[in-house]
Amino acid sequence: MSNLLNVSASPHVRSQVTTRTIMRDVAIALLPAAAFGVFNFGMKALITIVTCVAASVLSEYIYEKLLGKPITTSDYSAVVTGLLLAMNLPSSAPVWMSLIGSVFAIIVVKQLFGGLGQNFMNPALAARCFLLISFTGRMTDFAVDGMTGPTPLAALKAGESVDVAKMFLGTTQGTIGETSAVFLLIGAAYLFVRKVISFRIPCAYLAAFAVFALIFGGRGFDMNYLAAQLFGGGLMLGAFFMATDYVTSPITPMGQIVFGVVLGILTGIFRIFGGSAEGVSYAIIFSNLLVPLIEKVTIPTPFGIRKETGHAK
Amino acid sequence: MSAATFKGGIHPFEGKDLSKDLPTRVVLPKGDLVYPMSQHIGAPAKPVVAVGDRVLVGQRIGEANGFVSANICSSVSGKVKAIEKRLMVSGAMGEAVVIENDGEYTPVEGMGKERDYTKLTKEEIRQYVKDAGIVGMGGAGFPTHIKLTPKDENAIDYVLVNGAECEPYLTSDYRMMLEEPEKIVGGLKVILRLFDKAKGLICIEDNKPEAIEKLNSLVKGEERVEVKVLKTKYPQGAERQVIYAATGRSINSSMLPADAGCIVNNVDTVISIYMAVCKSTPLIRRIVTVTGEAVKTPQNFNVKTGTNYAELIEEAGGYISEPAKIVSGGPMMGMALFDINVPVTKTSSALLCLTKDGVAEQEPTACIRCGRCVEACPSKLVPQKMLEYAEKFDDEGFQRLYGMECYECGSCTYVCPARRRLTQAFKQTRRSILDSRRKK
Ligand code: SF4
Ligand code: SF4
Repeated sequence: MSNLLNVSASPHVRSQVTTRTIMRDVAIALLPAAAFGVFNFGMKALITIVTCVAASVLSEYIYEKLLGKPITTSDYSAVVTGLLLAMNLPSSAPVWMSLIGSVFAIIVVKQLFGGLGQNFMNPALAARCFLLISFTGRMTDFAVDGMTGPTPLAALKAGESVDVAKMFLGTTQGTIGETSAVFLLIGAAYLFVRKVISFRIPCAYLAAFAVFALIFGGRGFDMNYLAAQLFGGGLMLGAFFMATDYVTSPITPMGQIVFGVVLGILTGIFRIFGGSAEGVSYAIIFSNLLVPLIEKVTIPTPFGIRKETGHAK
Repeated sequence: MSAATFKGGIHPFEGKDLSKDLPTRVVLPKGDLVYPMSQHIGAPAKPVVAVGDRVLVGQRIGEANGFVSANICSSVSGKVKAIEKRLMVSGAMGEAVVIENDGEYTPVEGMGKERDYTKLTKEEIRQYVKDAGIVGMGGAGFPTHIKLTPKDENAIDYVLVNGAECEPYLTSDYRMMLEEPEKIVGGLKVILRLFDKAKGLICIEDNKPEAIEKLNSLVKGEERVEVKVLKTKYPQGAERQVIYAATGRSINSSMLPADAGCIVNNVDTVISIYMAVCKSTPLIRRIVTVTGEAVKTPQNFNVKTGTNYAELIEEAGGYISEPAKIVSGGPMMGMALFDINVPVTKTSSALLCLTKDGVAEQEPTACIRCGRCVEACPSKLVPQKMLEYAEKFDDEGFQRLYGMECYECGSCTYVCPARRRLTQAFKQTRRSILDSRRKK
């Protein structure tokens, strides 16, 4: 009995978690908030979601097919990108805008930089920002049941009072997937339980932002204001689903905390001192660019090595 | 109090239930016995018998050749049939003494004689350990007598018995803790005699409550010995991790445990020390876990060194399904065999027959920068970045990231969702760096 077996270097066993199961979990976690978006905004939201997901997966497939690369659509990453993009669009977004956004996200932001893992900006967010710059009017046209009006954050910025309970539930205006804090939190809880994301980035982000808002918000210790800031706009969606995007966040544990704090501060600056009421997307895109730097300064000290000297303890 | 541990690590499928409950069974060899002269770190031993010589059980057939080397003794009585190159576990050919077993098991004179270790000097104890050819049986195979002779014996504060046995599937140390706990405590006390100031710690993972209970009841009243419960996690039993968990001290790759005031020996090594010093019996047997989903009756065997692995598969009832991969040792750090006709040596801990080859099935895909490898690494390295350098053959960059602190535990590869072959690449890079260092 010789030459009978596979030989390869250890280890010989692997965990059950693969890129595919992770991405699938993220997609699953987004579903409650997406479903609520459909409930809140109606069929148009559903059309946007379906368009974005289908267009994203198809762009990836066609691009890889044309370039003779291995087809990676089964890893669910394009599904996640499409879903996230849809959740970042207003329900009034026309189909052509969904298409442009999806193609931009997959081809320009992801594939042209080398595909999964190589892009330095979150594709869905980069596409959202691209659309925001190109079609500002349409992108900020929010409507619930045909009535247009300001988002809660815009109202808050204008000094009006807002209904925090409604914001928590999500029956307010905004993009398709960002309005419902409670359904986003349910999805986030699922990701924590499945160990897909850790607390580091979202908690550092929300805590830093809360502190910033308390100090600079100009409302003192107003809990109602703070809650409105936390539940309003894209913060929940951003903190749990977009800032935690593996590819565009630091891999070092310390770096993830730093990243979260930077995000919190930037979001605070944009929201409180900026021209618009919202700031999450830009804060994340901007922080994405800082990731290499953050990683560089947060490389952990190896076990048994003392930092100052680089020598043994 | 919660169990002591370290940061990082993983929780792989344990697989220990397969073999942990059956008592260890003594296996007598059927075929010829093959004793590679290299079963340890350091220079291979020098054969001291000639073809045609009659040898007895316990007789020295290979002699330590140089400072870092170890003796090798025969585990059977019989005739030296050949001294030639044979296939070893590593896949390489190495010089080996082949003995034809006469089946009588006639011992050499004086073997088995009782000795009272309290009446021995430290030098005598070390000499007996050296004579017996004892090496680290946890896998590394470092000659034990050298370990027991640190520069300053008064600087040793702890003598650790490593009973963590964190490798999945392996249960040989566990069975020994249940079946021969007196020998473990006895061996530890022998070692403690060498280090007047040291305290003995028997370190066991908390997934082995029966072993903990057994040893706890045995060390009751012993002033210098204590059982230390460690959290179940891989690689809790790695030397650096067990020292850290038990004592809070940390060492790096360029240090010895003794530099942190520790002496670490694995369970079976401690038993061998007891047998050598108190029972005048050299290291001629090994407890081997034969397990995996592909064998009929997974269990532990008390095996004479030199026995062919293939005989162990038969003893375990043969295969019940086609094995996809056979590993000598555990699934995390063991070595895959392409031919199981290789001999059991002092460092053989297990023969693992897997029905699924999780590695061959899955091709590496793009890194998604998930950070799992960083969190899993017990050496607190950044495997993801190390791989970038390793793939570019940039040894400089690899070392700047402290790549040489990696001890190839496999945790990063295990967790990587993109199935990247991190540990495998590190092995190669580390080897090439070590080679070029040696050449300088
Ligand atoms: S194999 Fe090396 S780099 Fe990977 S986890 Fe183990 S020690 Fe860390
Ligand atoms: S575990 Fe694998 S996919 Fe994740 S960061 Fe490390 S190398 Fe990349």
